[in-house]
Amino acid sequence: MSEEITITIDDRQIKTRRGEKLLWAALENDIYIPHLCAIKEEKRPNASCRLCFVEIEGVSRPVTACSREVEEGMAVKTRTPRVDRLVKTGFELLLSDHNLNCRECPANRNCALQVIAKKRRLKLKHNRFKPIEREYELDQSPAEFAFDRSRCVLCGQCIWADRVEAEVGAIGFTNRGIDRVVTTFNNLPLADSICTECKLCVEACPVGALYYKEGQKA
Amino acid sequence: MKKVGKTDPQKLYEDIREQAREWSQSRQEKPRVLVGTATCGLAAGALQVKEDFMREIEAKGLDAEVIEVGCIGHCYAEPLAIIAKPGFPPVCYGYLDEGLVHRLVEDFLAGDDPSYEYAMAALERNDEFPTFEDFPRGVYEEKLILEHCGHIDFGKIESYISRDGYSALAKALSGDPGRVLEEVKAANLRGRGGAGFPAGKKWESCLENGEAEKYIICNADEGDPGAFMDRSVLESDPHLVLEGMILCAYAVGARQGYLYIRAEYPRAVKHVREALEQAREKGFLGNSILGTDFSFDLEIFQGSGAFICGEATALVNSMEGKMGMPESRPPRLVQEGFRGKPTVLNNVKTFAYVPLIINRGADWFKETGTAESPGTAVFSLVGKVNNTGLVEVPMGTTLRQLIEEVGDGLPNGRQFKAVQIGGPSGGCLPESSLDVPIDFDSLHEAGAIMGSGGLVVMDQDDCMVAVARYFLEFTQHESCGKCTFCRLGTKHMLDILTGITRGEGDAETLELLKELGEDVRDGSLCNLGRTAPNPVLTTLRYFYDEYKAHIEEGRCPALVCRDLILYYIKPSKCSKLCNVCVGSCPTEAIYTRDDGLKAIDQDKCVKCDNCRKACPTEYDAVIRLSPPVLPAEKERKAK
Repeated sequence: MSEEITITIDDRQIKTRRGEKLLWAALENDIYIPHLCAIKEEKRPNASCRLCFVEIEGVSRPVTACSREVEEGMAVKTRTPRVDRLVKTGFELLLSDHNLNCRECPANRNCALQVIAKKRRLKLKHNRFKPIEREYELDQSPAEFAFDRSRCVLCGQCIWADRVEAEVGAIGFTNRGIDRVVTTFNNLPLADSICTECKLCVEACPVGALYYKEGQKA
Repeated sequence: MKKVGKTDPQKLYEDIREQAREWSQSRQEKPRVLVGTATCGLAAGALQVKEDFMREIEAKGLDAEVIEVGCIGHCYAEPLAIIAKPGFPPVCYGYLDEGLVHRLVEDFLAGDDPSYEYAMAALERNDEFPTFEDFPRGVYEEKLILEHCGHIDFGKIESYISRDGYSALAKALSGDPGRVLEEVKAANLRGRGGAGFPAGKKWESCLENGEAEKYIICNADEGDPGAFMDRSVLESDPHLVLEGMILCAYAVGARQGYLYIRAEYPRAVKHVREALEQAREKGFLGNSILGTDFSFDLEIFQGSGAFICGEATALVNSMEGKMGMPESRPPRLVQEGFRGKPTVLNNVKTFAYVPLIINRGADWFKETGTAESPGTAVFSLVGKVNNTGLVEVPMGTTLRQLIEEVGDGLPNGRQFKAVQIGGPSGGCLPESSLDVPIDFDSLHEAGAIMGSGGLVVMDQDDCMVAVARYFLEFTQHESCGKCTFCRLGTKHMLDILTGITRGEGDAETLELLKELGEDVRDGSLCNLGRTAPNPVLTTLRYFYDEYKAHIEEGRCPALVCRDLILYYIKPSKCSKLCNVCVGSCPTEAIYTRDDGLKAIDQDKCVKCDNCRKACPTEYDAVIRLSPPVLPAEKERKAK
């Protein structure tokens, strides 16, 4: 696994290890690729946010960098018209299901969506797609934090923190399709579930869905 | 293969076949009535027909046997039965009812008149009556995996064995497992689940993996609206699929396999379960198959009917007790599949070809079909076509031949508009594409996919926008929600399409729909999302004017989209003396005017179409208008 190999990203030669995923090879070398759901320790990547697209020479379609292993001599481009188009559409789709009232969001200026918008010069507003009309549940039951689903991007970082880091297993994905949400078993408020309120999920949330209540931030 | 003891699998098999043939011979000595009781037949009333036959035969005191068989293929003429009486060619009868059954028993079984005036065709060449091969459909059809469907008794393994069933297994077991793989590779058998990936290559990757534990899974999660090929094969000829799976297991060295059958197919589950028991009894399945040291067993896993579970990784997840959701690939299933072990997953039909290829050879298989797509294609032909049913034609047959010759064209002079191939993942092709040969690559080029074989014919009364919307509603509903493009992209596509069916939007809306469709295709995680936009993209490509009519003129050319039509009773055609439409209206929207003519109160009308259907054909006074604008009327002024 530790064998060193050389790949080219955006005309820059970088050294990385065989078996490494392209996304982490790029990020470790300060080459930015947008991402929300990727977790380095996860053996089989989630590959669900669909934002880390890159083009690889000799591969006909853009691929997700989180799921692609590096190969010796691989030539990668992080910015091509096709990549930019997919990232823009994916980003706008996420925004169509996201509460865009950034000024009132606790994650304002500390939000992965804002980073993507800034790095890729994308607008943080509803553009081509109408906002999806639905009721979002707000769970304020824990003592120190809350969960606002109107800001959740379904990246799964909180579930990883809950299950693997905290080893609790209080939350998970439920429902199918457009109704997919992160919730507890039987959709109980967090305080009524087996949640230990360890707050690792709050730390893991890249946006403002899981956030510290006012004055509670450690 | 090393033998256990001195038994030779070939010899052992021949003894079993001899017994089966004796049983079959004795059965053929008296008259038999074979009633098609696959799900298609049952829906048309086959069980009643079976009971009628039994009652009539008993009443006449005849010595004849009534046997349930699977799908005979001519679904348009269900209920169907074949009567095989010694001294006559077996004859197939369709559109059976109590009266016809009574007559057939009296005249044919009790008497000696085959009542050819009611017969569809004979099944063997003879001097008296034409066979199915003498009709256009028979000329184009070539039945390989459907050969025995509807002819053998699915409940009796002897029926399969007496027709050389399991002989491919005996042949394979007498030789090296590598020969099975070589034959399948040489035949260039491509997976019939839709994508057309070479089965031999898949098996080889699994074999080369080196892990001791391996699995074989048969994908029978068929879920496309309008498709029923896999169900029919499993119901009608289950042993063919089992034999194919056992051969695959022998080739790759697996000891355990599963059939993933959706629970909505209870009859398929039942027939396969019975077939498994009988195969075990005869020694074709279980420990030491046919006396060799090769052991393999099969189990049924019932899927709960989520469309996404037909996707390989989602199927495996659901078998492992997880949510039926796809994973990113690689690793592929042949590397890391069920329980993390190398797994071969193939479609029902793919496995069904294997015994034939082993028995008759790769060269024989390649004689049929095209160089790149050898063999046949099995379709469930449905929609606006005379002869709906289960058909099998050589690859390379054109869509036109399939629809006009095999399907006998559209009913009473209807105008062909489009053919939908491959279900919700496929595309709609127009008249100009009808000469496209049916094979994996040609269909892909035209924008459709082979899919698993659903084929729906549409005519001038089908609105292509509504059709695209229908399929997208299906995929949006079946989306698992894991990835951004499929979860949100299909939702927005559906919203845009729904708007278009209401006349909302402009040229930019259509451009956005196209762009979003292409991005969902390129950006989604699994093949459900990647193929979901196909019905939209192909209709935009081939029927753009129809989309334009909706948004620019507020007009639905096929008079389907409810928001863009209104119902109107033509005063010049309405008979004042008839009240049928008034009675048919569920909302009391139809009233009698002062001049005695009928008219519709548009505020009350719910556009249910009852009045148009009810209006006697000699008047045909109820019409639909699109855009929904009432014409100016002279008669009204007289009021």
